[in-house]
Amino acid sequence: MLDSLITLDRRWIFLLMGLAVAIPVLTQQTFPEALTATSRNVFTAVEELPEGSLVLLAFDYDPGSAPELQPMATAFTRHCCLKKHKMVFLTLWPTGTPMVDQTIRDVIQGEFADLNLQYGEDYVNLGYRPGNEVAIKALATDMRKLFNTDAQGTSLDDLPLTRDVRNILAAKLALNVSAGYPGAKEWVQYGTTQGTLPLGVGVTGVQAPQMYPYYPDQVLGILAALKGAAEYEAALGDRYERYRDPKLNAAIQRMGPQLFAHLLMVGLIVLGNVVHFAHRRREAAQ
Amino acid sequence: MNREGRVWTVLFLLGGAALLAKGLLTESGLGDIHVKPARVAEGRTIAWTEAAAGDAGAVFSPVRTAGLWVAAFLTLAIFSYLYRDNVFYKLAESIIVGVSAGYYLVAGFWDSIVAQLMTELVPQFTRSWAVPGLDADKPADWWFLVPLVLSVWLFFKFLPGQSWVARWPLAFVVGTFAGLRLVLFLEADFVNQIRNTIMPLVVYSADRSVLVWSSLRNVGIILSLLACLTYFFFSVEHRGVVGRVSRVGIWVLMITFGASFAFTVMGRITLLTKRFEFLFNDCLRLDEFLKPFLGT
Repeated sequence: MLDSLITLDRRWIFLLMGLAVAIPVLTQQTFPEALTATSRNVFTAVEELPEGSLVLLAFDYDPGSAPELQPMATAFTRHCCLKKHKMVFLTLWPTGTPMVDQTIRDVIQGEFADLNLQYGEDYVNLGYRPGNEVAIKALATDMRKLFNTDAQGTSLDDLPLTRDVRNILAAKLALNVSAGYPGAKEWVQYGTTQGTLPLGVGVTGVQAPQMYPYYPDQVLGILAALKGAAEYEAALGDRYERYRDPKLNAAIQRMGPQLFAHLLMVGLIVLGNVVHFAHRRREAAQ
Repeated sequence: MNREGRVWTVLFLLGGAALLAKGLLTESGLGDIHVKPARVAEGRTIAWTEAAAGDAGAVFSPVRTAGLWVAAFLTLAIFSYLYRDNVFYKLAESIIVGVSAGYYLVAGFWDSIVAQLMTELVPQFTRSWAVPGLDADKPADWWFLVPLVLSVWLFFKFLPGQSWVARWPLAFVVGTFAGLRLVLFLEADFVNQIRNTIMPLVVYSADRSVLVWSSLRNVGIILSLLACLTYFFFSVEHRGVVGRVSRVGIWVLMITFGASFAFTVMGRITLLTKRFEFLFNDCLRLDEFLKPFLGT
C-alpha cells in the first residue's frame, strides 16, 4: 500500500481533481457566501454614491482570466445600472476590448434593455488605450492629450457624457478589474495616489496578495479572486431580489467546484505528508 | 497496435458513439449557435448577435457553431497534455501563439500607429478612412515626428553595423519610464506604505471602548513587519534575540507565500471550472439534459 502510494502516477491525481471539479459543475451545487470587509467596502461605495454619479470602469484583463474576472465586471456594471450611474468604460489591454464589449452587450443592452440606456449620455466606451502607465497618467491629468475619440472613433466632444470631462478625477469612483500588468497596481500608483479619486479593485488570485498592502488607505476595497466576485454577487442578491437566482451569479456557481477541489487538495496534502513520514520511519527502521 | 493504443481507440469510439447518441436521441441535443441581426443598414444586415434558438428572427449560424466545436476540440487538445505530450497539444499551442501574435499586431497598428500617431501627423487623411469622429479642423502636430523617427530607429537593430542607432530610442524609453516611475513609485509604494504601518496599537471605538480585534490586528501587523525587516537586515549576525526575531520573520514570509499559493490555486481551479462549464453546458448541453434528474 505504502509503496504504491509513493510511486503513484500523478495522472491519477489529475483524474481525481477533474472529477472533484466536474461533478459539482454538473450538479450545480451552490453555497452561501459571507461578505468580508474588503468586498463590502467596494459594494458600499457603489451603493452609497448618489444616483447618476460618474463611474470609471477599467477592465484590464483578457479572455484567459475571464472565468475569474468576468463575474466581477458583470456585477460592477449591473450595480451601476441598478443605481443609474453614468459609466465610462476603458481597457489598457488590447485583448480587453472584447471583454468590455461583451459586458456592455450582456448587461446594458441585454439585462437592462428596459432602461433604454443611451450611448453617449448614460455610458461611453473609450475602448483600448495603449500606453500602460502613461495612459493612466494622461487620464489622471489631461486625458485629451492622448484621447480624443471613443472606441468607435467618435469625438469625445460630440458625446454629452464626456464633453466636459477633462480627466478621470471628474468621476466619483473608479472600479478596476485587473489580471496583471498594467492593472490595479498601476491604477493605484499613477491614477489615484496623487488624486482624490476613490478606487475599488477586483483582481485575480495571483494578483490579490500584491494588492492587500494598499488596503484600506490607497484602495477602498478589494475583490480577491473568484471568492471576492462571489461575495459581491451575494451582496447584490441581498440588496436586490432579482439577483438571488444562482443562475445569474456565475461566481457563486463556480464556488461549488472550488470547495470540493480544495477539500481534495487538503486531503492530498495530509496524505502526502503521512506517506512521507511513514516512508522515512520505515527507512530508519531498516 | 499495442495495448495502450487499443484502450484509447475503444475510448474514442465509445466517446464518439455517446456524442452521436446525445445529439440524435435526446431533446437537448448538442451545442449550436443561433444569431439574429444586430445592425441593419440599407436593408442589409451588417452585424449579427447571438440569440436563443426560439428568439424572433433567430437563424442557425453554421460558422459560429463550427467555432464552438473547434474551441471544444482545442480545449480537449490542451487537456491531453495532462496525459502526455502529443501532436494535438502541440497543434493547439501553436494556434494560440499564432492567433495571439496576430491579434496584438492588428491591435497595435489600429490603436497605436493609427489612433495615436497618424491622427496627429496626418489628421485629415486619417479622418477620411479610419477615424471619422476626428475634429475636421484638427491641425497636424509635427512634434509627433519625434516618436515616428525614434520608432524607425528601433529597427536599426536588424542592420549589421548600424545597430547602435537603436540604442537612442531605447535610452529614451528607459529614461522616460525611470523618471515617470521613480516619483510615483516612491509615493505609492514607499511613503504611503510606511504611512500605512503607522497605526494605533490600541484602537478605540467612538464611545471610547477598546476594539480588541482591531487592536490585535494592528499589533500583529506591526510585529510581523518588524520581524520581516529584521530577517532582511544583514548588518547584524542573526543570533540570539535577532536570530529568534528573524526566525519569526521567516514564518511570516512563509505564511504570506502560502496565502499567495492558495490564491493562485483558486485561480487555476476557476479556469478548469470554466472549461468544464463550456464543455458540459455549451457543447454537450448536459445542464439541460440533467435538469429533470437534478431538479435544477
